[in-house]
Amino acid sequence: MAEVTADTVGSIGPAEVAEVELYHAHSWLTKYVFCQDAKVIAIQYSLTAMAIGLVALVLSWLMRLQLAFPGTFSLIQNDNYYQFITMHGMIMVIYLLTALFLGGFGNYLIPLMVGARDMAFPYVNMLSYWIYLLAVLVLVAGFFAPGGPTGAGWTLYPPQAILSGTPGREWGIILMLFSLILFIIGFTMGGLNYVVTVLQCRTRGMTLMRLPLTVWGIFTATVMALLAFPALFVGAVMMMLDRLLGTSFFMPSVVELGEHLKYSGGSPILFQHLFWFFGHPEVYIVALPAFGIVSDLISTHARKNIFGYRMMVWAIVAIGALSFIVWAHHMYISGMDPYFGFFFATTTLIIAIPTAIKVYNWVLTLWRGDIHLTVPMLFALGFIVTFVNGGLTGLFLGNVVVDVPLSATLFVVAHFHMVMGVAPIMVVFGGIYHWYPKVTGRMLSDTLGKIHFWVTFLGAYAIFFPMHYLGLLGVPRRYYELGETAFIPPSAASLNVFITVAALIVGAAQMVFLFNLVWSLSKGREAGGNPWRATTLEWQTPQTPPGHGNWGKELPVVYRWAYDYSVPGAEQDFIPQNQPAPAPTG
Amino acid sequence: MSVIILFLAVIAVIAGWWLSQQQVMAKPWLDVGSIVDPPAPIGSSVPAAKVGLGVFLAVVGCLFALLVSAYFIRIDIDATNGDATNGMVLRAMPIPGLLWLNTAVLVVSSLALQCAQIAARHGQRDALRDGLLFGGLSALAFLAGQILVWRQLVDAGYFAASNPANAFFYLLTGVHGLHVAGGLVALGKTIAKAWQGVAIGRLRLSVWLCTVYWHFLLLIWLIILALLAGWADDFIVICRTLAI
Repeated sequence: MAEVTADTVGSIGPAEVAEVELYHAHSWLTKYVFCQDAKVIAIQYSLTAMAIGLVALVLSWLMRLQLAFPGTFSLIQNDNYYQFITMHGMIMVIYLLTALFLGGFGNYLIPLMVGARDMAFPYVNMLSYWIYLLAVLVLVAGFFAPGGPTGAGWTLYPPQAILSGTPGREWGIILMLFSLILFIIGFTMGGLNYVVTVLQCRTRGMTLMRLPLTVWGIFTATVMALLAFPALFVGAVMMMLDRLLGTSFFMPSVVELGEHLKYSGGSPILFQHLFWFFGHPEVYIVALPAFGIVSDLISTHARKNIFGYRMMVWAIVAIGALSFIVWAHHMYISGMDPYFGFFFATTTLIIAIPTAIKVYNWVLTLWRGDIHLTVPMLFALGFIVTFVNGGLTGLFLGNVVVDVPLSATLFVVAHFHMVMGVAPIMVVFGGIYHWYPKVTGRMLSDTLGKIHFWVTFLGAYAIFFPMHYLGLLGVPRRYYELGETAFIPPSAASLNVFITVAALIVGAAQMVFLFNLVWSLSKGREAGGNPWRATTLEWQTPQTPPGHGNWGKELPVVYRWAYDYSVPGAEQDFIPQNQPAPAPTG
Repeated sequence: MSVIILFLAVIAVIAGWWLSQQQVMAKPWLDVGSIVDPPAPIGSSVPAAKVGLGVFLAVVGCLFALLVSAYFIRIDIDATNGDATNGMVLRAMPIPGLLWLNTAVLVVSSLALQCAQIAARHGQRDALRDGLLFGGLSALAFLAGQILVWRQLVDAGYFAASNPANAFFYLLTGVHGLHVAGGLVALGKTIAKAWQGVAIGRLRLSVWLCTVYWHFLLLIWLIILALLAGWADDFIVICRTLAI
């Protein structure tokens, strides 16, 4: 525990860090729109991600309405249903979660938490956002293109993705692939910034092992994303060529409507390898920032140092590395050598070890902590429970023999929504409730926050818990309607109605959250500089919201790790990272 | 996918070595009060742009490793389908003679930039300008040559859509060409600065960045050429026996 060593220096001179050439905005346009300040870029990223996320939320409502009341709504035809599925999945995974965690939280928190004035390459950082926005616009354009957006499913498997009969075959798939290519280019620009800023722009005294776990999570996830997104890029470019130029990277010989297409010799499995080589790390690209943020939320709101900090860092790095050698567990039913299945099942189960270490450490941090059930803490607790839940079903699906019968059923849908849908979004909310006071200077309404939490948390369980049972019955995913199926009892239909009602309610609860965001901007309680009495650097800025350049004239100097809570003998129950040790007394 | 796994293993070793230099065994909860400066190997002494380029090259390397992986998987499918005894049906494409000339031009371009970098280090402005300009022009010549190769092949009836071998040829050369073109933008800016009379001290970093990028793209090109020309067949066979 934080033992105050006597050989420390009472006060150390200010950091002799050369004044960096700061970007200065000269007009309204460069201050709020084409701005190179990471904090503004973070807000732009977050708002764009939330806006497109809302679209995906509405799409999920439409899907649920169809599943509960098949044939009732004339605007949901079978083609539309596939389009909704595809766009919902793609938006939520890439354009919402990835963009929000890395572009949103990453941009805001990395420079502040490591004690930098801004990102390493502010101009490239700005470009990153604008390319992301363009990617989102191209994606949305799919809705207005002839034939609508693609309905190939979020995995975009060829050959069906570019064959006629799949909705959006004309324009939708092209726009989708183009949008993904743009997203990856934009992300690479941002990602370079996050990595280099963590490596090169840390303030004096901020060693790697003094970084808050939030930064560790975002940093590792960014490194992973930089190495994993190229796989999607390659896949997207090759499929684009197949679609536009008629090459046969992924397209085998196909007879379509009695006509022999000009494709021959391509390999659909090649696409699956490329897609999942990106797709599995993607799960952790979303999860690792969540792990990091939740560690900080728990430590701060339980007023206790994080349990096993080193182990937490190592676990993050180990998960990041391992996640690159498990991809084929998404392809068990594509057919593979049984030894491969064994290999990938083993690596998949091994990942559970560092993940379990993290879960135990969160629980042990809570153990005998001074737990404050603030809204961020509630969401953090909600995350742990949900993540464990989703993780356990992952152990089922990681085993080949269990996976094969469960593949393509609602069990899988329930699993991944729990583990990489609901769990990370809990952290997104927790993070927003936690850092909103720093971003705006005002607190979010506590009452509205608690309503938001409880409805979302219980509602998410009402949606996804029953879905496991439907999956065990064998109810398939991606089906527009079930019709009369021998092994599906009528009660499944009633359960579907229940799930849909829950989904509508949870969706509505998000409106409470949005209202809270807007309302508190002007009506929220004044937050002050450090409302949560937290130790990390972003709470020690001279101004709230932090001014341009983040810090005053001098950069902060870091004297300790980020988790000095409830240190015995200390005046307060927290000691900021930039507070020197007291001068030794005799 | 053995190529990309191999590539990532190298990255992992580098990352692991770097982490081992970063006091990951430290017990941060005990060293309260002392300032521990970031250790030397990658500290603030290395310009951020150099680290940035390093990370970017890792991403570009990853991209090409994936393309090569895809190429290998594709060959493997031919082999297992029995389309050809050794899975080399893919190599239905001839290697035009012009490609060798282009390779030579790219080598010259890289050498010219190396000269420019040495000149920058010694403060020789004229040599620096010449080196940069010559490097840039020869890179342009390389791109023009590549386009010419494409034209020749198309005229000879080798279309991208004809078979996977052709498609991979156009894809690999095209993606490489785009990276050269992107580098030319950065090089163009550096050349403009050199001509505007910016102090050599302030140019050194840009010249270094361009040179390293150029060498990297040359290396990638040589690997691509080795694959397309069939020099790497033994390696492909090894990867196939690893069978990922």
